[in-house]
Amino acid sequence: MGRIVLDKVTKSFGETQVIPPLDLTIENGEFTVFVGPSGCGKSTLLRMIAGLEDLTSGNILIDGEDATEVPPSKRGLAMVFQSYALYPHMTVRKNIGFPLRMEKMSQAEIDERVEAAAKSLNLVDYLDRKPGQLSGGQRQRVAIGRAIVRDPSAFLFDEPLSNLDAALRVGMRLEISEMHERMQTTMIYVTHDQVEAMTMADRIVVLQAGVIEQVGTPLELYHKPQNVFVAGFIGSPKMNIFSGPEAEKHGAATIGIRPEHTDVSMSEGTWKGTVGVAEHLGSDTFIHVHNTGLADMITVRISGDISVKHGDTIYLTPQAEQIHKFDAQGLRIE
Amino acid sequence: MAIVAQSSKFGTYGRPVLAWAVGLLFFFPIFWMVLTSFKTDADAVKPEFLFFFTPTLENYLNMTENYDYWRFARNSVISAVSATVFTLFVSVPAAYAMAFNPSRATKDVLMWMLSTKMLPAAAVLYPMIFLAKGIGLYDTHILIITVLSLINLPIAIWMLFTYFKEIPKDIIEAGKMDGVNTWGEIKEILIPLAWGGIASTALLVFIFCWNEAYWTVRLTTIDAATLSKLIEGNRAPEGLFFGRLSAVSTAAVGPVVVLGWFCQKQLVQGLTFGAVK
Repeated sequence: MGRIVLDKVTKSFGETQVIPPLDLTIENGEFTVFVGPSGCGKSTLLRMIAGLEDLTSGNILIDGEDATEVPPSKRGLAMVFQSYALYPHMTVRKNIGFPLRMEKMSQAEIDERVEAAAKSLNLVDYLDRKPGQLSGGQRQRVAIGRAIVRDPSAFLFDEPLSNLDAALRVGMRLEISEMHERMQTTMIYVTHDQVEAMTMADRIVVLQAGVIEQVGTPLELYHKPQNVFVAGFIGSPKMNIFSGPEAEKHGAATIGIRPEHTDVSMSEGTWKGTVGVAEHLGSDTFIHVHNTGLADMITVRISGDISVKHGDTIYLTPQAEQIHKFDAQGLRIE
Repeated sequence: MAIVAQSSKFGTYGRPVLAWAVGLLFFFPIFWMVLTSFKTDADAVKPEFLFFFTPTLENYLNMTENYDYWRFARNSVISAVSATVFTLFVSVPAAYAMAFNPSRATKDVLMWMLSTKMLPAAAVLYPMIFLAKGIGLYDTHILIITVLSLINLPIAIWMLFTYFKEIPKDIIEAGKMDGVNTWGEIKEILIPLAWGGIASTALLVFIFCWNEAYWTVRLTTIDAATLSKLIEGNRAPEGLFFGRLSAVSTAAVGPVVVLGWFCQKQLVQGLTFGAVK
C-alpha cells in the first residue's frame, strides 16, 4: 500500500509562501517524479510528505489516513537523501539495520533482513566497512538498503544521484528503475534533471515556484506540454520557442518546435539562417542556427551525421504537425 | 633560488628555535614555582640559591601534615567533577536544540549567553554572598557546584553548538525517518559523532572549574574550600612564604597539568573536529 494524497497543502517560511495551495494524488505503486528548476519547492514538498517539514495548512493522507501530524518514522515511508546521510560512526551492517533496531526487532531478524538487502544491492562484501571507506555509488546503495529493510509503503528520493558522476548516475538510474519494477512500491523521486524524470517516471509532476505546471506521463509532457514553461523544460536539447509574426502566422502568441522536429536543407526551406556551431555526436548532430530573425538561436537535431560548417547558409523547415502553439498567457492551444 | 633556500633553512632551524624560545618563556614561571617548592622558605628569597640549593621535601610534608591538603584536594575533585557533569548535562541538550531546531531567537540567545561572561564577577559578589548565606548554602558543595556550572555554561554551550553545527542536518533527519526519538538522536547519533568535541568541552570545563579562584575563595570557608582556597590561605599576613606557597601551588596545579598532558591528543582532535561528512 502507498497511496498519498496532498490536500490543499501550503508552506510558508515566515512571510514567504513557497507552496501555494496544492492538490496531488500519488497512486499506489506509482513512480512519480517531481521535477523543476532549483528553488521550485520540489524538495520542500517531498520533505512535507516525509514529515520533516511542517505544513502551514492542508492535509496529507497516506493510505486514506490523515498523516499530517504523524511523526516521520510513523508514516511508513523511507527516505534516501542527496548526501546519503549515512551514520559515519556505524558499519554498513549497522547502518542498514539501524531502523530495525529502532523498531526493537530481534537481532536474528535484523541480521536476516540486512543480509537480504545487502545481497540485492551487491553490498555483501562491504558489510563491515564504514561509510568513509566506500565510494559514492556504494554509499548510495547503503542508503537505499537502509530504506529497503524497513519495507516501507513508499520510498522518497531526494535528488539521490546528483552527487554521483555521470556514468555512475546512468547505472544507478537503471538500478532504481529495476528496483521499482521488482517491488512495485510507490516511489516519489525529486530531481532537477529532466532526463532522469523522463527515463524513470510513470508520472511526472513539473513544478515551478511551488505551483504544479503539469502532471502527466513522460510522453504526455513531451507531446502535449500544457504551457510554455513545461515545453521549454522537458526535452533535450530544449524546444525552440519564439513569439512575433511567425507565431501569429500560426494563430498563436508563441510557438515552439523541438530540435528533432525540424528538417534541414542546404538549398530551400521555410526559414533561412547561418550555422553557428555544429555538435557532432555520431548518432546525432546538433546544429545551432543563427540569423533566422525568429530567435537568437535555433537548435536542430539531425539523426546521423551531416557535413555543415560554421558560417554555412542553411534552410530549416518545421514539421507542421509538430508545432506547439501557445496563447498570450502561455497556455497550450489545441 | 636563494630566497627559497633561505626560507627553507628558517623552516628547518629557525622555527623550532623560535617555538622552543616561546615555549620556555611561558613555561619558566611554572618551572620556577616547582623549583621553589623544593627550597626552604629562607632559601627561596635568596638570589644566590636561585638554581643551586639543597632540595627539601619539607614544604610538601608540611602541607599534607599541617594544612590538610587532601581535604582541599578532595573538595576540588568533588566540585570540579560534579560541575563538569552538570554543565554537560545541561549544555548538550541546549546546544543540540539550538543547532538542529534553531528559532529566530537562537542567535540572540547565544549572544546573550556570551554577554553574561562580560559582566564583571565583582559586580555580583555581595548579592551572591548575601544570597548564599540567606538560603543557608554558604560554604557548601551544592553552592560551589552550582556557581561553577553556571559560569561555565555559556562557554560549554558555545563550544558544543559549534561542534554540533558541523554535523550534517541530513543525518539527524535520517535518524528521524528511521524512528529515533529525541533522546535517541542525542545518544545514538549526536554523542558518537561529536564525541571529540564533547570530550574537549568537558576537559576545558573541568580545567576552568579546577582553576576557578574568585568564587571558590569568597564563597567558602572550610567545608567546601578547594585548593584555590588553600593557596590563598598560605598568603600569610606576616609575609609570603615562597617555598610553602610554591609547594601548595604545585600540588594544586599538578593534577590538571597531568590530565591536560594525557588528553593532549583528545584536546587537539576535539578542537580540529569536523570530519564527519
